[in-house]
Amino acid sequence: MGFWSWGVVTLQNECPGNTLAYSSISFFYSPTVNDCPFFPLQIDYTGTEPSSPCNKCLNVSWDSSPPCTCTINFTLEHSFESNVFMYYGLSNFYQNHRRYVKSRDDSQLNGDNASLLNPSKECEPYRTNEDKPIAPCGAIANSMFNDTLELYRIDNDTRTPITLIKKGIAWWTDKNVKFRNPTGDGNLTALFQGTTKPVNWPKPVYMLDSEPDNNGFINEDFIVWMRTAALPTFRKLYRLIERKNNLQPTLQAGKYSLDIAYNYPVHSFDGRKRMILSTISWMGGKNPFLGIAYITVGSICFFLGVVLLIIHHKYGNRNTSADIPN
Amino acid sequence: MVFKVPSNPNHSVSSFLFRRCAVAACAGEEKRVGTRTVVVGHRPVSETDAYVAQKFCDNRIVSSKYTLWNFLPKNLFEQFRRIANFYFLIIFLVQVIVDTPTSPVTSGLPLFFVITVTAIKQGYEDWLRHRADNEVNKSNVFIVENAKQVQKESEKIKVTVNGEVRLLSLKLVGRGRCVVRAGGGMSCPGELTHYAVRDTTVLCTDEAIDALTATIECEQPQPDLYKFVGRIIIYRSNQEPVARSLGPENLLLKGATLKNTKKIYGVAVYTGMETKMALNYQGKSQKRSAVEKSINAFLIVYLCILLSKATVCTTLKYVWQSNPFNDEPWYNEKTKKERETFKVLRMFTDFLSFMVLFNFIIPVSMYVTVEMQKFLGSFFISWDKEMYDEEIKEGALVNTSDLNEELGQVEYVFTDKTGTLTENSMEFIECCIDGHKYKDCISEVDGFSQTDGPLKYYGKAEKSREELFLRALCLCHTVQIKEADQVDGLIGHPEHRYTYISSSPDEIALVKGAEKYGFTFLGLENNFMKIRNQKNEMETYQLLHVLNFDPVRRRMSVIVRTTTGKLLLFCKGADSSIFPRVQQEEIQQTKVHVDRNAMDGYRTLCVAFKELTQKEYDKIDRQLNEAKMALQDREEKMAKVFEDTEADMHLIGATAVEDRLQEQSAETIEALHAAGMKVWVLTGDKMETAKSTCYACRLFQTSTELLELTAKTVGESERKEDRLHELLMEYHKKLIQDVPKNRGGLKRSWTLSQEYGLIIDGSTLSLILNPSQDSSSSNYKNIFLQICLKCTAVLCCRMAPLQKAQIVRMVKNTKGSPITLSIGDGANDVSMILEAHVGIGIKGKEGRQASRNSDYAVPKFKHLRKLLLAHGHLYYVRIAHLVQYFFYKNLCFILPQFLYQFFCGFSQQPLYDAAYLTMYNICFTSLPILAYSLLEQHINIDTLTADPQLYMKVSDNAMLQWKPFLYWTFLGAFEGLVFFFGVYFLFQNSSLEDNGKVFGNWTFGTIVFTVLVFTVTLKLALDTRFWTWMNHFVIWGSLAFYVFFSFFWGGVIWPFLKQQRMYFVFAHMLTSVSTWLAIILLIFISLFPEILLIVLKNIKEKSHQVRNKIMYLYKPIG
Repeated sequence: MGFWSWGVVTLQNECPGNTLAYSSISFFYSPTVNDCPFFPLQIDYTGTEPSSPCNKCLNVSWDSSPPCTCTINFTLEHSFESNVFMYYGLSNFYQNHRRYVKSRDDSQLNGDNASLLNPSKECEPYRTNEDKPIAPCGAIANSMFNDTLELYRIDNDTRTPITLIKKGIAWWTDKNVKFRNPTGDGNLTALFQGTTKPVNWPKPVYMLDSEPDNNGFINEDFIVWMRTAALPTFRKLYRLIERKNNLQPTLQAGKYSLDIAYNYPVHSFDGRKRMILSTISWMGGKNPFLGIAYITVGSICFFLGVVLLIIHHKYGNRNTSADIPN
Repeated sequence: MVFKVPSNPNHSVSSFLFRRCAVAACAGEEKRVGTRTVVVGHRPVSETDAYVAQKFCDNRIVSSKYTLWNFLPKNLFEQFRRIANFYFLIIFLVQVIVDTPTSPVTSGLPLFFVITVTAIKQGYEDWLRHRADNEVNKSNVFIVENAKQVQKESEKIKVTVNGEVRLLSLKLVGRGRCVVRAGGGMSCPGELTHYAVRDTTVLCTDEAIDALTATIECEQPQPDLYKFVGRIIIYRSNQEPVARSLGPENLLLKGATLKNTKKIYGVAVYTGMETKMALNYQGKSQKRSAVEKSINAFLIVYLCILLSKATVCTTLKYVWQSNPFNDEPWYNEKTKKERETFKVLRMFTDFLSFMVLFNFIIPVSMYVTVEMQKFLGSFFISWDKEMYDEEIKEGALVNTSDLNEELGQVEYVFTDKTGTLTENSMEFIECCIDGHKYKDCISEVDGFSQTDGPLKYYGKAEKSREELFLRALCLCHTVQIKEADQVDGLIGHPEHRYTYISSSPDEIALVKGAEKYGFTFLGLENNFMKIRNQKNEMETYQLLHVLNFDPVRRRMSVIVRTTTGKLLLFCKGADSSIFPRVQQEEIQQTKVHVDRNAMDGYRTLCVAFKELTQKEYDKIDRQLNEAKMALQDREEKMAKVFEDTEADMHLIGATAVEDRLQEQSAETIEALHAAGMKVWVLTGDKMETAKSTCYACRLFQTSTELLELTAKTVGESERKEDRLHELLMEYHKKLIQDVPKNRGGLKRSWTLSQEYGLIIDGSTLSLILNPSQDSSSSNYKNIFLQICLKCTAVLCCRMAPLQKAQIVRMVKNTKGSPITLSIGDGANDVSMILEAHVGIGIKGKEGRQASRNSDYAVPKFKHLRKLLLAHGHLYYVRIAHLVQYFFYKNLCFILPQFLYQFFCGFSQQPLYDAAYLTMYNICFTSLPILAYSLLEQHINIDTLTADPQLYMKVSDNAMLQWKPFLYWTFLGAFEGLVFFFGVYFLFQNSSLEDNGKVFGNWTFGTIVFTVLVFTVTLKLALDTRFWTWMNHFVIWGSLAFYVFFSFFWGGVIWPFLKQQRMYFVFAHMLTSVSTWLAIILLIFISLFPEILLIVLKNIKEKSHQVRNKIMYLYKPIG
């Protein structure tokens, strides 16, 4: 956790009034599940605690194949009625570090063929590998989040996979304008000819997805990752869970399990990983801050207003009384 | 370089005539020898004289600073000599060299903007100067060349100039006199009479001039406009060379205009940059305002904040990085170069990077805004219709715009009396002849009418004495007759065909006075003065010598020869300078009258005469001519001769002339008093005259207790130092020691207690300021100063010009260095005008000197009220607000960026996009404050003028003290914290959009920035009390521009940018409802203290009003 952020950052991990409970829970491990109405459900699957199922994957490295997998079971006490948004959250991950933020080449990502083969110097030291230009170059791309999360509903010991939609998670303008695959004839593989994959990636950029409109630079997971977060503890949209019909909620209350292909090492920098399920209203995710702030400011204003009104009345009365002798 | 000046009476010199002739400079090793020699005509240069080729400069006037070629380097050099600009240049260079978080553009562009704006302003000013120079340099002049007039461009005259010209001849009737409007081309009421040398007055054709052979020796160029020492040697064939003296009355200054003469011939003696006018132009003083000192102090504070921020961040960075996974996690490896740099060097570059990141806390554009504010703001003074004077058809004049706000800070006002408090238009009131009073009283109906006017005689002097006295009045002056058909704007006398013109209004009054009593001065013709006496007979007197008036001697004399051959010397002057020079037994009877007249506030002059024998005259004549010829120490020699000549005279009588008070000067002084200013009157007049004027203009109230330190109280004896010591001690005790201590805390609270006034005269002052060595009086000055500072009003009479400046300097250098203001109209006030912090000139009757040397010139004394109480107050409030606002807005701009470092691993990641960093100060927030600082009237101008007490609210630099500075700083810090943490908490929720998508770091910065821009602009809107369409336009326009720019900036993939960080960030931000709510909330919270303050102030004011109303209502009852 960041220096100063400890105290404040924890606030987002719990329900209001549940602070103590959470702190105590995180000491002994039971899946740190936060589940209260109107607040997102969070599952920390970092695996630092020995009791955690993911503890075995804690020291995973990039090139471990097959990937280390672990499963965390949790219970949903309240059902999610509307569309559910699935996030992954990282802590103590400085995506806003200056060296990191600038380590990208936007013209390469925009499909510029010259930049593809000759990436910007800003990408150093992730610019070339074995004399071949890296596509996409830079530290941001190189450190792309690559855990795979899958969600199952456990109903009487049968695991029903929940459909996770991977498209529609990036900004429309990013997906359609800012990020573009290189232009030219032939398939993506041919277009990326002459480049090499980022060092940490298991496979090249043109193999991120099977669907052509979600492959290469316009892969939405990639685009989401490339939008650097503002703070060292952040979440990024991972998948969407759509409500199928009006008859049943998107996610019913009950038992679920989260399958994780644990590829992304965070232990080395004391980071944490979380999976978050959240519903969203017209004004975005549940935000205690705005509510509290508005209520506080509103009541202060009301109080002051009353006080001033009284004062005003007092003087107003005097004013009229002063007119009497006239 | 003999030339002719044709002229219409009212138009400026349009052309000149020069004659090409040899000019030689006097030989000498030194380039500047004591004198210069100008040769007129074809005089063969003799070998023995060893003339060297002329060294005079050409006639190009260059008042401009730059040329087209050197403008860029020279201007840049001058601009970077400014500390602030240099600082930003350094920052810019650091950004270029070191790998810093923001691109060099972010600080380079504002710097470029600031430099460009300043350069444009200075270039424009220089262009104006170039144009003025060209106008002069390209103007046509006529040169007499081989007895013909040739028209040439003034600039091309190799030899000499349009500069100062010595009059050789005057065409018009050859009367040898001409009246010249003094001053550089401006219309100016100060007329001066200039003369040609007697021997050359006959030369009034081109041919005659061409034949002239002469040498002119004169002093090297020097800036004193009213001094000129030279001599002309005229060579005539077969005759001894004739030498004649040349004085300032023979010299025409550059830019002079002929008034009653069609054209003149002249020789140029000083040219181009060596003319007296040019030398004077350069000698402008550089005054700096107190506000600038405050700005510098604040700058230092902010520089310290900046340095400590950078140090804190650098230290914490290395503390944080001591943990290896923080220093270099696997996802964010260092570049090779970074790894190889030495740690110390890395720390240093980190420090510099933080400096660069936070450098915006020093408001880069403040200086340029302040400069523009001053430049544009000064127009309001000259546009002020209330300060426009119908009589002279001119308004106020601003010579420097640097001191606008100083007008709101004045603590001491030093004012001249004559021409400043008074009209300087004199009226003859009465006279006394041999102790008998003669008073004009037209209203007296006693049937006793005389041919010479309705006069009432309070006893009568002998007829012969009467006539002598009136003749003296008629002869002893330098008044000119001006024919009625040439009257322009002067007060004409329809019954007469002429008007009197003189440099001194007193003289006109006296001549008119004499006219009332039957003696009319008809003019001077060929050195013969004509008078019509009571019996309507013509009398003529040959004018032999005029011993001109000077402020040291305080008298003037003429020597005339009557038709009968009698030689008479008439002398008139101040009583103090006449009495010692006349028979002692005559004094007493006249002195009574003089003193009484002085008590009544009249200006008194004594008239004396003496008869000279031919022998005596010859001696005087010789001495005078000798002295006039002298090139060195001419003044001293002249003074000596005058001293000898004007002795042993007989006193005839005295005159009393009234100088009326200027309209509203009393009200103005009262207002200045009420505004907490201390008014000192510095005058050369007699104590009694000055005192009564001071009572008349309410400088002294009847309740004021007067303390006198004058020759009268101190005494004349040797014991005067002891006596002075006693007096000083007594007053000191009275004013300082006896006063209860608690009054010390209440500054300017004297209005409530006993008022004291001090009167001191010149001789006593010099005793105090320059005490004799042996006495223990070295601390007189201190005691005196303490006494002075305790007095409401101080009157210093019989002051020499330099003493005036001395007093101003003394007060200026006291503890706390109060802001001083000097106001005066005459040449004798120039020294104090230059000495004071703010110098104000009155465009009066005594010429342009005062207004030319002043910082501001106003037509009348009463305009001082509005100038100080309204304009000064407003300028001060505006600039103070401007300065504080600039520091404030930059603090809350940079503070979030500083806080962000704690959340980004101290990696110098900027919070805002480079475009925002660059544009914040120069586009988004610059115009509203500029408009505010130009137009704000927090209190209505009329209220400010009407209620002088308001002036005290801003006294002592009240708005730029540490307290308000801290208030603004805390406000800035508070808002910075609100911006950052508000958005920080907002971002705890990952998805602010209703489709679950997330925002990145640039959105974070943009939200903070949006709140910031709106808050600081709305804060200004809250502060604005005086809304004009311009304020609305710039405030709402700036905000609209910000929104528009953000859309535009984020709406395009910019090919020249390396990173498209802002692409659609702003638009996405606005799609989120939470963001809207947060922005509104944060703006509200930030402005909340301000709104609360306004509401509280309103309530307070209202209650105050109510209380006042109650008091007012109950007063008549209780």
